[in-house]
Amino acid sequence: MCDQTFLANVFGSCDKCFKQRALRPVFKKSQQLSYCSTCAEIMATEALHENETLASLKSEAESLKGKLEEERAKLHDVELHQVAERVEALGQFVMKTRRTLKGHGNKVLCMDWCKDKRRIVSSSQDGKVIVWDSFTTNKEHAVTMPCTWVMACAYAPSGCAIACGGLDNKCSVYPLTFDKNENMAAKKKSVAMHTNYLSACSFTNSDMQILTASGDGTCALWDVESGQLLQSFHGHGADVLCLDLAPSETGNTFVSGGCDKKAMVWDMRSGQCVQAFETHESDINSVRYYPSGDAFASGSDDATCRLYDLRADREVAIYSKESIIFGASSVDFSLSGRLLFAGYNDYTINVWDVLKGSRVSILFGHENRVSTLRVSPDGTAFCSGSWDHTLRPQEELVAWRGSECPINAGILPQIRQLRISL
Amino acid sequence: MAAGPAPPPGRPRAQMPHLRKMERVVVSMQDPDQGVKMRSQRLLVTVIPHAVTGSDVVQWLTQKFCVSEEEARHLGAVLVQHGYIYPLRDPRSLVLRPDETPYRFQTPYFWTSTLWPAAELDYAIYLAKKNIRKQGTLVDYEKEYYDRLHTKINHAWDLVLMQAREQLRAAKQRRKGDRLVIACQEQTYWLVNRPPPGAPSVLEQSPGRGSCAASHVHMIEYCRRALGRTRVKSSVCLEAYLSFCSQRGPHDPLVSGCLPSNPWISDNDAYWVMNAPTVVAPTKLRVERWGFSFRELLEDPVGRAHFMDFLGKEFSGENLSFWEACEELRYGAQAQVPTLVDAVYQQFLAPGAARWVNIDSRTMERTLEGLRQPHRYVLDDAQLHIYMLMKKDSYPRFLKSDMYKGLLAEAGIPLETKKRVFPFSRRPRHSGPSPALLPAPVEPTAAGGPGGGDGVA
Repeated sequence: MCDQTFLANVFGSCDKCFKQRALRPVFKKSQQLSYCSTCAEIMATEALHENETLASLKSEAESLKGKLEEERAKLHDVELHQVAERVEALGQFVMKTRRTLKGHGNKVLCMDWCKDKRRIVSSSQDGKVIVWDSFTTNKEHAVTMPCTWVMACAYAPSGCAIACGGLDNKCSVYPLTFDKNENMAAKKKSVAMHTNYLSACSFTNSDMQILTASGDGTCALWDVESGQLLQSFHGHGADVLCLDLAPSETGNTFVSGGCDKKAMVWDMRSGQCVQAFETHESDINSVRYYPSGDAFASGSDDATCRLYDLRADREVAIYSKESIIFGASSVDFSLSGRLLFAGYNDYTINVWDVLKGSRVSILFGHENRVSTLRVSPDGTAFCSGSWDHTLRPQEELVAWRGSECPINAGILPQIRQLRISL
Repeated sequence: MAAGPAPPPGRPRAQMPHLRKMERVVVSMQDPDQGVKMRSQRLLVTVIPHAVTGSDVVQWLTQKFCVSEEEARHLGAVLVQHGYIYPLRDPRSLVLRPDETPYRFQTPYFWTSTLWPAAELDYAIYLAKKNIRKQGTLVDYEKEYYDRLHTKINHAWDLVLMQAREQLRAAKQRRKGDRLVIACQEQTYWLVNRPPPGAPSVLEQSPGRGSCAASHVHMIEYCRRALGRTRVKSSVCLEAYLSFCSQRGPHDPLVSGCLPSNPWISDNDAYWVMNAPTVVAPTKLRVERWGFSFRELLEDPVGRAHFMDFLGKEFSGENLSFWEACEELRYGAQAQVPTLVDAVYQQFLAPGAARWVNIDSRTMERTLEGLRQPHRYVLDDAQLHIYMLMKKDSYPRFLKSDMYKGLLAEAGIPLETKKRVFPFSRRPRHSGPSPALLPAPVEPTAAGGPGGGDGVA
């Protein structure tokens, strides 16, 4: 549209009607012409009726994106690793698998911890959803879903129910019962309905609301009791693969990542997209908030994990290495946010130092790709699930910082000996 | 046993970026100057050129990417599994042996991303060739496949057999060395694209992911809104991480360990017992955390209970109760919304209410206006106002109060429990009661002992 905020100070022949009038410069297809005021008005009204083709929309979107990047860059005065130079480096980490949960007959696709810090729910490709007490490795409940590829599962905050879904395009809530006479499947409640597979689900602060993400490109908030859709979130251009709720005081936002390489932050009340980030080069498989709620990390098929700051409104760190070729399927932070655990499709788990941007440790042990990874609610361990049919809660054995000996980690005698000999 | 749902045809390199990266690695490995050392390998009576040893491959990867040998071996194994490097001697098993075992680089023609997806017809021809060349060389699963394909493409079977014979005839005219190499290359390709049952298929993907349909209108709308937003300088945001991490570091069990011991290491759940949600004597670390932020205090049931006591002494307990009621409304069942809104109004907002909360007149007006059509967010403004009041006013006073200081002084640091050296005498792991068994939470009880939960095998 024309921007007509200048005064005519030229008198001459109009380029359109050729009459002698006061002229003003106008731009038509980036060419500068001089029109009289009448012709300028006509041109303005014509422009409004102009058919906005896909190409013109696209170019407008591109130019706006460019302007947005410029704005964001203005306040970027320092990089994270520069600021983190004065932080003490983490010592050598040795992590060990503490439990191996075997029992799924097929690929483990998703898992979630219970708030009691020891129980977990996991779902797999063959439709089985199992609730374990991972401390004792006992299975406590098992349900067979009527569909395969159960890609999402979640534990309710109260610990009394679980939610799961996948290729059935639905999210179902099962109340957990210890009554041997009751069939868990009988009490199942179908809550969410999407038009494509369910990729992720999560309860909000209570058992009564569920947030879901789906392959149909939308996220949705549902009331569990009635199955009513409370809010839907549109904006992703392709499948939404993951979501995470913000740990904020006002508890109003969540972030989602999808196949369109975008990570979007949404306001749960209005359904509007509050912030969007598009710097990944491939599908975003997993997003997780930093414990303070001011940032979030994402893991993608482009083999990088990135940290986005919400207040600075930009990407602030990339965690990648030339030797890491496969995509990251799942990420999670330790309790203090210092460590970022990421599970990859080449069967490994890499542990990153969030502040310094360097890799602290690499863990082998799975025999197929790591599909899901979550740190326990109290941060004592993290559990990884894989396509090799197992789940492994892992814990660190020893962490040592340079020359000092840690006081509160368990130390094996042989390591003490090593210490003395140095 | 068959591989999962077939990935969408076309553009495999875009769908699977890791293939492209592996190809780049393999190409640089074959660089005459900087690549892996090539040598000729003698196999029985033939000499095969351009072979490399497993150990050289590992060595090169270790140096090029500056990683540990274990990681280099893993990376090499992945390259072999995807068929970019194949073993000359034992072509059936795609593993990387870090010794003198000879390997060769797969020709780009047979790269997974080039011949994509693997065609049934081609596989039929390949199996037919094997069958014709020497009867009985087909392994069980291959025989199965062969029979299945025979029924499936029965109409074109003559074509299959003819092609197979032609290819075999053309192969006879090549030198023995070339014949061997081509056979190995082809075999590797099919091992990757049609793996034997039980072996994981490296090409297996999750159910089909959609392609991108760009939504320009959304983008334009979003950009226009975003251009006007206020941003914070990077230096300020990044400093915040540093202070957050250093403040929380001692509270992070994976970074600093935890006392008395990490339950996963020592098989002792004392740590969980001591830090149960409702416990009479919270640990020192826990009480310290209440001072980090108002949210930390409210999220901890013990902390919240103490804060409520404190507010009671200041005669402002209704603020916290109001906030709790609003939370219940926001996260409650949809059907409950009208009743809850009404209850909150009667108890906290109505003139002359029993526990009237002090909100500024403008917010009160807006809230009362909204109450005409109650929805779950109708009390948000009022809730935020009260939350900020508590956060800016009551909370700092709580932290300076004798009550809090007393709690901090009383709270103890658990003693470290030594890890058992002999794993044989492992203490039995108690299964704590499942939350699904417990009745609705009541007043704080003493630290619960380990119960006997059901173990359903």
